[in-house]
Amino acid sequence: MENWRENQEIIVMEGRIKVPYTWAAGEVGTRYLETLRDQRKFMGTRCPRCEIVYHPPRRNCPDCFEECEDWVELGSQGELQSYTVVRRHHPQLSPLPLPFAYGIIKLDGADTGFLHILSDFQEGELAVGSRVEAVFAEEREGNIRDVLFFRPVKGVD
Amino acid sequence: MEPVAIVGVGMTEIMDNHLASNYADLVFEASQKALADAGMTIDQVDNVITISNDFFDGRTISSMAVMDACGSYDKNVSTVEGDGTFGAFYALMRVLSGSYETCLVCAHHKGSEGVMSLITNAMFDPIYERSLGIDAITSAALQARVYMERYGVSEEECALVSVKNHGNAFKNQVAQLPLKLTVEEVMASPYISDPLKLLDCSPVSDGASALILASKSRARQITEKPVWVKGVAHCCDAFHLGDRDLSSTRALEEAARKAYAMAGISDPGREIDVVELYDAFSYMELMWLEGLGFCERGEGGKLTSSGETAMDGRLPVNPSGGCLSGNPVVVAGLNRIIECALQVRGDAGEHQVEGVRTAIAHGINGPCGQSHCVWIMGGEA
Amino acid sequence: MAKKRVAVTGVGMTKQRSSRPDVTGIELINEAVRAALDDAGITRKDVDAIVIGNMDHFEGINYVDTWSVDGNGALMKPIMKVCTGGTTGTTVAMAAYYHVASGLFDKVLAIAWEKNSESDTTGAIITAFDPFWDRPCFAGAVAGLALEATQYMAETGATEEDAAYVAVRDRKHALLNPYAHLHINLTIEMVMESPYLSWPVKMGDMCPRTDGACALIFASEDVVDEFPHRPAWILAVADRHLWAYTSDPYVNQKMVGGTWFPAMEKATEEIYSKVGITDPLNQFDLAELYLPYSFAGLRYMESLGFCDRGGGPELVRSGATDLGGKCPVNPSGGVLSSNAIGATGLLRVAECALQLQGRAGERQVPNARLALATGFGGCFWSDELILGVDKPEKPRG
Ligand SMILES: [Zn+2]
Repeated sequence: MENWRENQEIIVMEGRIKVPYTWAAGEVGTRYLETLRDQRKFMGTRCPRCEIVYHPPRRNCPDCFEECEDWVELGSQGELQSYTVVRRHHPQLSPLPLPFAYGIIKLDGADTGFLHILSDFQEGELAVGSRVEAVFAEEREGNIRDVLFFRPVKGVD
Repeated sequence: MEPVAIVGVGMTEIMDNHLASNYADLVFEASQKALADAGMTIDQVDNVITISNDFFDGRTISSMAVMDACGSYDKNVSTVEGDGTFGAFYALMRVLSGSYETCLVCAHHKGSEGVMSLITNAMFDPIYERSLGIDAITSAALQARVYMERYGVSEEECALVSVKNHGNAFKNQVAQLPLKLTVEEVMASPYISDPLKLLDCSPVSDGASALILASKSRARQITEKPVWVKGVAHCCDAFHLGDRDLSSTRALEEAARKAYAMAGISDPGREIDVVELYDAFSYMELMWLEGLGFCERGEGGKLTSSGETAMDGRLPVNPSGGCLSGNPVVVAGLNRIIECALQVRGDAGEHQVEGVRTAIAHGINGPCGQSHCVWIMGGEA
Repeated sequence: MAKKRVAVTGVGMTKQRSSRPDVTGIELINEAVRAALDDAGITRKDVDAIVIGNMDHFEGINYVDTWSVDGNGALMKPIMKVCTGGTTGTTVAMAAYYHVASGLFDKVLAIAWEKNSESDTTGAIITAFDPFWDRPCFAGAVAGLALEATQYMAETGATEEDAAYVAVRDRKHALLNPYAHLHINLTIEMVMESPYLSWPVKMGDMCPRTDGACALIFASEDVVDEFPHRPAWILAVADRHLWAYTSDPYVNQKMVGGTWFPAMEKATEEIYSKVGITDPLNQFDLAELYLPYSFAGLRYMESLGFCDRGGGPELVRSGATDLGGKCPVNPSGGVLSSNAIGATGLLRVAECALQLQGRAGERQVPNARLALATGFGGCFWSDELILGVDKPEKPRG
């Protein structure tokens, strides 16, 4: 028995967890996604106490816990707060062919940034603080990918 | 806080693939080593805390796989999902409560068995973020960008962290990735997600670790070299990356402030002798050094360039090689505590820092260091 | 000796429902959290630390503690996640207990939740089993329970109809609890005629799958007077999570001297000795037991010492465990009426607290002073907590 390992590779069993999920967007998320889909508009919610406009919208303020019942229409342009150009394509995750980037974008009228994809940019064109705009999909389904990506606003310095 | 001590520690080797050991094997090895280190038998352990993550293990109730191996049979036992520093904190509270005299803490991780990008993508919100394909590396890159731009930290300064920590790993028997590197080599490594390059990122790792905590009276019976827990605190920031100032370490500052207060530390730069922190990416070491109060905000790069955080510097940081040299997630924070315990005992072998009296260990949960846990340990009760 | 005595001082929960598409998981959590804070008369700012639990694969969220900060209240506060499968809710309660008992935190928010509507519950549970030995051939919750029922019936002569009495009792109790998920005036015939899922377990014997959240405030003896409701003291906690494989509870009979549910019996022995329980049926005023299916309501009574081995059916049929009986079991309607899995254990503790505080409405057990809560999960693991109206003489774990 002592030498059984000499001619035996360790057996490895391949598997995959196959659990389907159906995540409810809730009432707040549904109103947001519906507006995005049907009107190509971003909406935030405002905390009545802290007066922070949250985007993505929140049902309650994470800080003071007030209900955020005021809806605020946001611009479809905003300021790039951070970005990273992705250099390695991931077959199951990457949403677009390389090169694309991720950005944190603070839309006009919002107090918080949100995460999205950046594309249609030249190498070196992206910069923290620069202006970007949303490009919507022609066919929209009521999810965050109804925005194909954000891109630099042309002709603005 | 009443004194509680670390009385035994054990680590498996950190490897890219522990092919011959399953989770139970790894946990058994680590817990046996911790028991041997403490000179105890499992019968002398009151209760057990395990640390694991269902996603990394591909298994619901991931603790079930190690219930036999951790020696919890007929003992009270519980499981923390998150970094090892958090799990050990629960163990500490169980001892502090007076219900138990000793607690064995075990953590396991096999990064080799899953796809880290898919698993870390699942940290993000399914409605607003997940379908964008973001993961631990691409989100960290967003943080690195904001931090570096805000404070003018250079990629070379970050690269220096990789050079230092991979170099330190040569002296650590359990480290996975000892590498003799230059700043130029780190700079020449391919970009994964700007500004992060391959050699700015920690590897995928397998490993397990265990430690034993004991109350003051038990600790003195068990060992002549108890390592006393002086202060522990944790704190969590906002979730959505855009809600946070990603260049800010306010949650870490808050955790550190509380932990220092518990430990009676007013000037960490002078009172702390060694630091083991969670450097999942090179830039994180700089940010966390600032958050822990070892330098002003944005000065972590300068502190590193000055050589102060090197093995022979005034404040050695990650003498073990850190997470950059081996990052079994959730185990990694427990390893930081264990490395500090070894340093305080003077048992760190080749990577021993001279004259360590007080040490800091640090761990994180969530994307971009959202939640931080800070441990302060020392040789005197 | 624990450093601080610990009490539950605030209770919050969502109504337990089959599906809550109107809210995300984060928003569901927030409903329970705000209810608990309001009930305790405190705000988020007063909370010193938070413990949260659920089962990752039921919602497919990794790092729930950091993901749900908007709802759980942990912004710039300490939060820790615990998870032990079905016992998660009681594990959350115990973790919150130790947070306070340690003397480090005075007011701790304990949160447990699940949105079972968002996944295939059985699909997720299958992944709990060992991928080499169990998963390819044997898995899922119902099958494991059916094995236990088969064994129990063979050894005691208990019948399917005996089990149906448990289901009928709990569902009747649920009619008095507006927060319960299933409000069905069940009869023995309805249970007996319901389709088999895995013999001898029928649809009418099983718990539902539920969306729900529960949040409790745990407070130290130093601050309990600040709260509007009288404290429900945690007198002791104990748990056993024996074993790793599905078949262990059966093949290990020899190892454990032929006991039936060793994890429960060992935890029971420990916790009863801590509190001085020698005659549970007469000493406890109520018990909230995690019964994942009806047969458990027979067998567990024996493992918990409420009756002798094989005495479960007679005890249940006698009415002693009905509301109005000697020791009502599951006045809330229990797990058979609501099972948001991660929340389920904490809901047991919540019901005990409400009963001890005299706030259980139509299902109130008169003058309830001592209560037992249990959690069930893993491969026949057991968590137990005892709560009481009287402040314990000294702190104990
Ligand atoms: Zn607010």
